[in-house]
Amino acid sequence: MQQIDLATTPLREMNETLQAQTGADNQTAWEILNPRGSHAVACGLDAPIEVTVRGHTGYYCAGMNKQAAIHVTGSVGPGVAENMMSGTVVIDGDASQYAGATGRGGLLVIKGNASSRCGISMKGIDIVVHGNIGHMSAFMAQVGNLVVCGDAGEALGDSLYEARLFVRGSVKSLGSDCIEKEMRPEHLAILADLLERAGSDAKPEEFRRYGSARKLYTFDIDNAAAY
Amino acid sequence: MSTSDKEAPRTAPIQSATFTNPVNAEIRRAAATGIYDIRGGGAKRKVPHFDDLLFLGASISRYPLEGYRERCDTSVTLGTRFAKNPITLDIPITIAGMSFGALSAQAKEALGRGASAAGTSTTTGDGGMTPEERGHSTKLVYQYLPSRYGMNPDDLRRADAIEIVVGQGAKPGGGGMLLGQKISDRVAEMRTLPKGIDQRSACRHPDWTGPDDLEIKILELREITGWRVPIYVKVAGSRPYFDTALAVKAGADVVVLDGMQGGTAATQDVFIENVGLPTLACIRPAVRALQDLGMHREVQLVVSGGIRTGADVAKALALGADAVSIGTAALVALGDNDPKWEAEYQALGTTTGAYDDWHEGRDPAGITTQDPLLASRLDPIEGGRRLRNYLKVMTLEAQTIARACGHNHLHNLEPEDLCALTVEAAAMAQVPLAGTEWYPGKPGGGY
Ligand SMILES: Cc1cc2nc3c(=O)[nH]c(=O)nc-3n(C[C@H](O)[C@H](O)[C@H](O)COP(=O)(O)O)c2cc1C
Repeated sequence: MQQIDLATTPLREMNETLQAQTGADNQTAWEILNPRGSHAVACGLDAPIEVTVRGHTGYYCAGMNKQAAIHVTGSVGPGVAENMMSGTVVIDGDASQYAGATGRGGLLVIKGNASSRCGISMKGIDIVVHGNIGHMSAFMAQVGNLVVCGDAGEALGDSLYEARLFVRGSVKSLGSDCIEKEMRPEHLAILADLLERAGSDAKPEEFRRYGSARKLYTFDIDNAAAY
Repeated sequence: MSTSDKEAPRTAPIQSATFTNPVNAEIRRAAATGIYDIRGGGAKRKVPHFDDLLFLGASISRYPLEGYRERCDTSVTLGTRFAKNPITLDIPITIAGMSFGALSAQAKEALGRGASAAGTSTTTGDGGMTPEERGHSTKLVYQYLPSRYGMNPDDLRRADAIEIVVGQGAKPGGGGMLLGQKISDRVAEMRTLPKGIDQRSACRHPDWTGPDDLEIKILELREITGWRVPIYVKVAGSRPYFDTALAVKAGADVVVLDGMQGGTAATQDVFIENVGLPTLACIRPAVRALQDLGMHREVQLVVSGGIRTGADVAKALALGADAVSIGTAALVALGDNDPKWEAEYQALGTTTGAYDDWHEGRDPAGITTQDPLLASRLDPIEGGRRLRNYLKVMTLEAQTIARACGHNHLHNLEPEDLCALTVEAAAMAQVPLAGTEWYPGKPGGGY
């Protein structure tokens, strides 16, 4: 295990070192110490390596991740794993706003709660939140799956496109054009797989599914109040 | 009834200056359809513009440079503040961001070819980077927009600069839209959305709000790209002093400022015509912000919105811009609104010069369309040649003016070279009204 201590190493040097990895040698396990809320920790990685961040991070931890498996033992600030392409990002604590924003692939797991706008504009990423999520989550979400083992805040899935939302607890309110949909066997299979990969013992049958009513897909004056 | 009664003079019909025929026609259209007008292009109303400024030229106190013999340089370097690899352009005229989706792949390729041949940069748009565009552009600026359509770290690292788009002059505070007619398979795939639906691009970025967040967002983008490429911040002409100051504070290398005449691919007409500041009114406050922070020329200012000629370029530079950017004019150079398509414009209910239904995807010139047949009307090689020619002419025109004012580099043009034809333009550009030494707001009063 290679260690980088952010108490003594500049952020630039840490990211440069991790970004230079190819995963082709034996240095595939890395540990980041003392992040102390730093922003942009372990962003832009592009190799099948494992990175454990011991502590809390600021904004955009694991931003645009490709391939890497990043594990944060603390909580993360806004925009964790934003625009992630592939790989996995696991947060043991809570996540602030915009977790997984615009993510295009890979799996983001938040063991605690996620704040508002979780999964905003998601474009293919899978997100599993063990706790609750805040308001306006999955706003304009395009593709991918958002799984919430706890409750969802107001205006879930507002202006949703084709993303699938699964919530086990209560939903405070649904946003424009978001409706509850039938849970079919293929959805239960997706859920079972995601819950297992996210280390959750919740049962797929306990969830409800939400998706787009597709009424805002083409502009219609009679829907003006919903826009 | 007597003859004199019949012939008594009557009040001539008087058209209202408020309820004009076009206004009434729009009321009838709205009443019939229940939908607001969406169109492409920029503000069509007359606003104070570069036309309201004149150059003074040389005189006894200033001597001119010889045309064709004495040098007048035109190069500009952008991104000198933080980037390891700033961009050096041969001419201070860049091609503005226009999306693949709004424009055909051929048009994007033509823009890349023309810009590269003229030694300048071109810019992606709301819809991601196409291989054609990357391949044919020696210097390509990659836009980072609220929609993040097609955004990925590989393209980010392939770019020569990154432009964070906060706003566009045609619609400060507005998001984008691309109507279903233009969503081909390829466009849909690049944006990860279903084919044929109306696509709305968000008006705010999904993962930051405000100047403090922007600073951290810029840090992240620099960390991902190894601090190599310049980061521009594009703002609409709205509060140019504060937006420029905040962009600088957030760590921008370059500020791109787009006035209300700036084109768009598709926006509500009411938005285009009623929101934002004229380009002319934006430049001095932005330059003042840079000067107040000691950053003029260190953070470069790129101005756009209604730039058409070398005179416009020279005027923008004289007011303190480092470079300009063009959208609409580049499309016109490629063949947009060319009279040779008049019959087809008529069939679409419009006419040459007025065609602005760029969102409908039926462009006779084959530029703002995804229809393969229409798009094939534009030959990217010929288009690129035309754009290069046009860029060269604009540069020669700007040099002609600079030499006449006695400058050996376009960047030596200064406000003292200018006067204004109207009080409004004098106030906005803060140069004297022609024949006086006065402009509104001049420190120390004036007359
Ligand atoms: C067809 C078209 C598409 C555009 N697409 C974008 C875009 O995707 N992103 C953006 O920031 N600006 C976009 N713009 C605005 C231009 O980048 C630029 O600000 C404007 O065209 C400059 O004004 P001008 O057209 O008067 O030269 C677009 C403009 C046009 C005409």
